[in-house]
Amino acid sequence: MEKKELICIGCPLGCSVTVELEGSEILAVTGNTCRRGEDYARKECTNPTRIVTSTVPVDGGEIPQVSVKTASDIPKNKIFACMAELKKIRVKAPVRIGDVVLANAAGSGVDVIATKDVLGR
Amino acid sequence: MRTCDIVVIGGGPAGLAAAIAAREAGISEILVLERDRCLGGILNQCIHNGFGLHTFREELTGPEYAERFIRRAEELEIPCLLETMVMDITPGKVVTAMNREDGVFQIQAGAVILAMGCRERPRGALNIPGYRPAGIYSAGTAQRLVNIEGYMPGREVVILGSGDIGLIMARRMTLEGARVHAVAELMPYSGGLKRNIVQCLDDYGIPLKLSHTVVQIHGKERLTGVTLAKVGADRKPVPGTEEFIPCDTLLLSVGLIPENELSGEIGVEMNRITNGPSVNESLETSAEGVFACGNVLHVHDLVDYVSQEAALAGKNAARYVMGDWKEGLRIQLEGKGGVRYTVPSAVCPENMEDKLTVRFRVGDVYRDRQLCVYLDGERISRAKKRVMGPGEMESVILKKSDLLARPGLQKITVAVEEAE
Amino acid sequence: MYDVLVIGGGVTGCSIARELSRYRLKTAVAEREEDVCSGTSKANSGIVHAGFDAEPGSQKARMNVRGNRMMPQLARELDFAFRQNGSLVLCFDRKQLGQLQALKEKGEANGVEGLKLLNGEEARALEPKLSGAVEGALYAPTGGIVCPFGLTIAMAENAAVNGVEFLFETEVLEIRRIDAGYLVRTNTGEIEARAVVNAAGVYADALNNMVSERKYHITARRGQYCLLDKKAGTAADRTIFQMPTAMGKGVLVTPTVHGNLMLGPTAEDIPDKEDISTTSEGLETLQSKAALSVPDLPRNMTITSFAGLRAHEDGDDFILGEAEDAPGFFNALGIESPGLTSAPAIGEYLAGMVAEKLGAEKKEDFAGQRKGILNPQELTVEERNTLIRSNPAYGSIVCRCEMVTEGEIVDAIRRPVGARSLDGVKRRTRAGMGRCQAGFCTPRTIEILQRELGEPDLAVRKNRAGSELLTGKDKEELKEAGR
Repeated sequence: MEKKELICIGCPLGCSVTVELEGSEILAVTGNTCRRGEDYARKECTNPTRIVTSTVPVDGGEIPQVSVKTASDIPKNKIFACMAELKKIRVKAPVRIGDVVLANAAGSGVDVIATKDVLGR
Repeated sequence: MRTCDIVVIGGGPAGLAAAIAAREAGISEILVLERDRCLGGILNQCIHNGFGLHTFREELTGPEYAERFIRRAEELEIPCLLETMVMDITPGKVVTAMNREDGVFQIQAGAVILAMGCRERPRGALNIPGYRPAGIYSAGTAQRLVNIEGYMPGREVVILGSGDIGLIMARRMTLEGARVHAVAELMPYSGGLKRNIVQCLDDYGIPLKLSHTVVQIHGKERLTGVTLAKVGADRKPVPGTEEFIPCDTLLLSVGLIPENELSGEIGVEMNRITNGPSVNESLETSAEGVFACGNVLHVHDLVDYVSQEAALAGKNAARYVMGDWKEGLRIQLEGKGGVRYTVPSAVCPENMEDKLTVRFRVGDVYRDRQLCVYLDGERISRAKKRVMGPGEMESVILKKSDLLARPGLQKITVAVEEAE
Repeated sequence: MYDVLVIGGGVTGCSIARELSRYRLKTAVAEREEDVCSGTSKANSGIVHAGFDAEPGSQKARMNVRGNRMMPQLARELDFAFRQNGSLVLCFDRKQLGQLQALKEKGEANGVEGLKLLNGEEARALEPKLSGAVEGALYAPTGGIVCPFGLTIAMAENAAVNGVEFLFETEVLEIRRIDAGYLVRTNTGEIEARAVVNAAGVYADALNNMVSERKYHITARRGQYCLLDKKAGTAADRTIFQMPTAMGKGVLVTPTVHGNLMLGPTAEDIPDKEDISTTSEGLETLQSKAALSVPDLPRNMTITSFAGLRAHEDGDDFILGEAEDAPGFFNALGIESPGLTSAPAIGEYLAGMVAEKLGAEKKEDFAGQRKGILNPQELTVEERNTLIRSNPAYGSIVCRCEMVTEGEIVDAIRRPVGARSLDGVKRRTRAGMGRCQAGFCTPRTIEILQRELGEPDLAVRKNRAGSELLTGKDKEELKEAGR
């Protein structure tokens, strides 16, 4: 049996949660004070995911860069692969919020989308 | 001289929310003056997610959160002047501003809403000894360079201060190709949100060194390293604990200071704890018809609260301009037992809405306490709190009916107490 | 082949260069750094001393008093910030009042006018925030304050306009006598000059010792300072000294010409002539010493701290003039306090000697007036609007703390001996010198420097080579395959 100590990020309380694991099977979650703590801990132990945010250069834009994010959370272990793919991306103005700048980032099935409007110069 | 019912100083989240609320309350003449090239303020460089959970029930990035308010302001046709610096405001509410197109111009405002935000504390304020090489930036300056301009201010990074911007920048620098070697925090607890410690430091294996500070800056041209040391309970470095960390960049996230230079010129009364103006229930400062909201009033950790607070300021400024304003007794509000300050610091029940959110910060980390509200000597509410810390803003709600039911009420007290 | 090579672009070198530019001489200034005013001149108290400290008959005494008298006129000619705010030397011990009297007599022997002894009450009437422990004070109405950057840059610009060449990032490695004068080997090549003026600050001993058998020895004496917010600038109106000691004039409290408050300096002899680091002990010491003069100092309003090096020569006086065994090699050596005050006088004195040696005549077309960078804050609204209409960059604030416009920054870069770095812009315009210490304006100033200098984007520096501000573009160092 393996024990993992986590800090729940579900709310500002920041509960210290202990997860007992047998392989990939979760035996118990303790220390949390609400349901969200358990949900967070289960996901964090089986398939931790994060939203990735960054910027990419815009050619001909009123500003030099557009901010972007993964449209939803992607597996934590694909974060740097996603960044490496973003490194190759440049977009042309105009860009609108929600425009896909990189499809299927790092094979996650999640697109990277613009989070800002950038008009042409 | 040109006149305008409400002039809003600052087009960031506070200024926009205030202007929108004032317009929605029926004010036709509103002008937002913004010093940067675009609206949205500091949110434009806060490209990370985590904004808007309270306001929109979804997790947005800073630019997305800003965009919702910018679009609303556009729908409401609220005029905004960009790249416009307010140079002076008189107690009579004459606003002097300047930009490239109009030069220096003056506006007689009916009401003024201060929403200038805050700035970062610089290195000098800490007296960190050593050289003054290139490579020392405040975290927000680095954030602007990386996120807006597309430049990396360094490769090997140490961050002093675990405020949220410092934590966020630890992750941003890492994702963009730099190596962050440590985040040092003078206090025994972090000044930032816990979720940021998990997502920005733990995720990337960046050590958070609590009770540590930078005691020496090395390097004559570009930074070559910093010496960290442990600090004792007196927050002074403990000899013998020094550790040299080679790095070319030191980011400082050591506190935010409300930008109240203009407020000073109007002569508004300041709160020594928040470094912002003292305000009443309407978020009006000691200068009549001058309101304040957002980080210029007190430094917030969540923009959602800024928007709520600013909307209240906007609405009240509108009431003030329309003459829907009552003069009444002011009841003082005070914090006790770890409550460092309250916003507002005085309440006139007649001008209050049915419910008023009183925001504050505590001075230490408290576990298993209760948060109590007293009207004079009488306790009217008690809420159990598992954890409270200086990094996270707290609030209590005051009911107008409770205050009106007690004529002659002198003082409202918010206190942290041992749990019963 | 130059007629004169001035080594060192500090306040002394620039003053000499400007005075030399009155003559028909081909003059150059070799400066190690990327800008003038980058060594001892950049980190000092900015005081125009009245002249009562130096020993009567010494070069320090002569140059100080003469420099003090020249300063008001020079400030008008060259348009730099200067204020004759007067100074006080405080005495905290009744037993030392005699020393205060002796200081007054010394000043009078040096030719200082208007000196007056005050009792504690009178001193506090002048400066209400002075300590109650003050028993007496020496008041010198001719004491003043100046912006060391403003003074040095003004003289450099005026010298350049009158034909002096400035050779930056040029470090002197060796000086050899040749038939025609001197051959100066630098990191960028060899320079020949009929005469050499050594104004190399803490390194002036090394340069002298290359050509002369009369060896000098300079000790770098470090002084640390704290600069406080303009909100604290009202703590003192005059410059407040304490009784001088063997190590110098002690810790002072003074307003600056721009309205900040400055505390300092410490005095520490240090072996490394490059060591301009501050120390926690030093900053602690100067703050507590300053508090003896003005107890209610708002220490929490410190916006920056820094250190500078004084060039202290063993003989404790300025060494001015031609080296006896090296004709055509002139020294301005051991220029420590009151060096800033003395600079105009040293320039006049040495340039006169050099010109005489080289048999040079004065130019008829010397342009002695210089207009500084326009400060729009000094204009009326109408004037300001006319300016903005003709150049909209003056309507755009870059540094919000000091209210510096893009127009001023561009002017600072484009004018003669213009700014090449962030610090160069700061010293000329004050952009970044305010309470946020360049937090907001750094990205904008970098952008303007990139545009104006036409160098690669990443080349923008804080000051000298190696102080580049940016290390690359986003993601450049990210590995393709992730980590």
